Amino acid sequence: MQLFSHERMWRSHELKSRYDAVIIGAGVHGLATAYYLGKDHGLRDVALLEKSYLGAGNSGRNTAIVRANYRTAEGVAFYDASLKLYEEMSSELGWNVLLNQCGHLTLAHTDSAINGLRVRAETNRFLGVDSRIIGPDEIHKLVPTLDLSRRPRYPILAALYHPPGGIIRHDAVVWGYARACDRMGIEIHPFTEAVGIRMDGQSVSGVVTNRGEISTRVVANCTAGWASKVCQMVRVPLPIVTYPLQACVTEPLKPFLDKVIVSATLHVYVNQTDRGELVIGAEIDPYQSYSMKSTLPTLEQMATYTLELFPQLHGVKVLRQWAGICDMTPDFAPIISGVESLKGFYLDVGWGTYGFKAGPIAGRCLASLIATGETPKLIAPFSLSRFRQDRLVGEKAAAAVSH
Amino acid sequence: MSFLIPCPNCGERSVYEFRFGAEVKSRPSAGSPSEDWLRYTYVKQNESGVQKEWWYHRMGCRQWFIAVRNTATNEVLSTSLPEEKPGGTSS
Repeated sequence: MQLFSHERMWRSHELKSRYDAVIIGAGVHGLATAYYLGKDHGLRDVALLEKSYLGAGNSGRNTAIVRANYRTAEGVAFYDASLKLYEEMSSELGWNVLLNQCGHLTLAHTDSAINGLRVRAETNRFLGVDSRIIGPDEIHKLVPTLDLSRRPRYPILAALYHPPGGIIRHDAVVWGYARACDRMGIEIHPFTEAVGIRMDGQSVSGVVTNRGEISTRVVANCTAGWASKVCQMVRVPLPIVTYPLQACVTEPLKPFLDKVIVSATLHVYVNQTDRGELVIGAEIDPYQSYSMKSTLPTLEQMATYTLELFPQLHGVKVLRQWAGICDMTPDFAPIISGVESLKGFYLDVGWGTYGFKAGPIAGRCLASLIATGETPKLIAPFSLSRFRQDRLVGEKAAAAVSH
Repeated sequence: MSFLIPCPNCGERSVYEFRFGAEVKSRPSAGSPSEDWLRYTYVKQNESGVQKEWWYHRMGCRQWFIAVRNTATNEVLSTSLPEEKPGGTSS
């Protein structure tokens, strides 16, 4: 009997000299785009270029939270569609992505925060997303370990409860998509860095990589924190600033928390993984940087605020701390569109601190735009041209940022 | 990695004493078309490498100044007092 599988998740390939489409960045966004190009549109002569190993960027650095309880109508519809694709993903890919819709609580510590959550709850419910305000009694039933005492600083007054929110195994999402892409004949090229993009007049004509040159008429930029660097190759200006976002994980503890807990006031979000570790995320660093080194002040901040919520965790050891770099837009909404000045060049960037949960639907919409030339309704508000028309989205329910 | 910034007035201090402003951009003249103002408002070079940027010493002398910093390594190469007031930087 064979105890261990010897199945290859994806194969290695020599880089060909021509592809129908090249996707730069093989994180969840790039992979989902390739997957839906193949699945929905039969476009399989596609190369995914990844400068490091698969999932080395933010797809492997996020805190794995999925939810749809955003604030703007555009945001709610979009993230809800993404959550539904995550719900179907394990059966669709034949690969367990360990989605756990354990429920998601956003805490309010002030009256004004409750008002903000109320707007979100009403918008969510109007758009068919399960989301409601609950008081301390119900919070206590759901999360008995949370400190609900009537303390003067940061008392927990209410919460926005979003039952379908939860956590997922983010590496499994990357591997599952990669395996599915490989089986359709889409080529995945790790350790292949795009160093230049060739243009032929007003059209894209190829990509220069550290492993050779490729000719193609379609290039998609799915590179998150590095989006500006790739766009500089084709002189497409972006309204993006790259900021690091840090997170940490503690030693494993007995199961005591089966909800995702978020506090926008305290800039902290906490969940307990199936292995018992607490995953804690912070606010973005207070300065622009491409450095992925973690810092002690941010670790102190994460610990301080987590202890405001769960004082019993004092003395728990931190196993690891890390950072990812986030492509922040001024309106906390992404940019998914073509570029008027350059035919064949597509953007799926500006994902800031909320990219992972949007991966499947962003990929599906971008694939549809690339294959048909028509902009799907879900991504129509997220075009690059909105910054020229001064029509910003203003998603104020993005996590990890101060508004 | 956290780092120190040499404030032109106060000397080397922790980066957490300061507020990051934005990359330095040249401001359009008052009569420029709105396209120029939109570009000035939104477009960023977002340089991975050495860039000139605005910083504010919020826990010190409360002075806006200019730093030249490598955004890939966070190495601060130089700081200086500005010749003009910061225009349009977020604070």
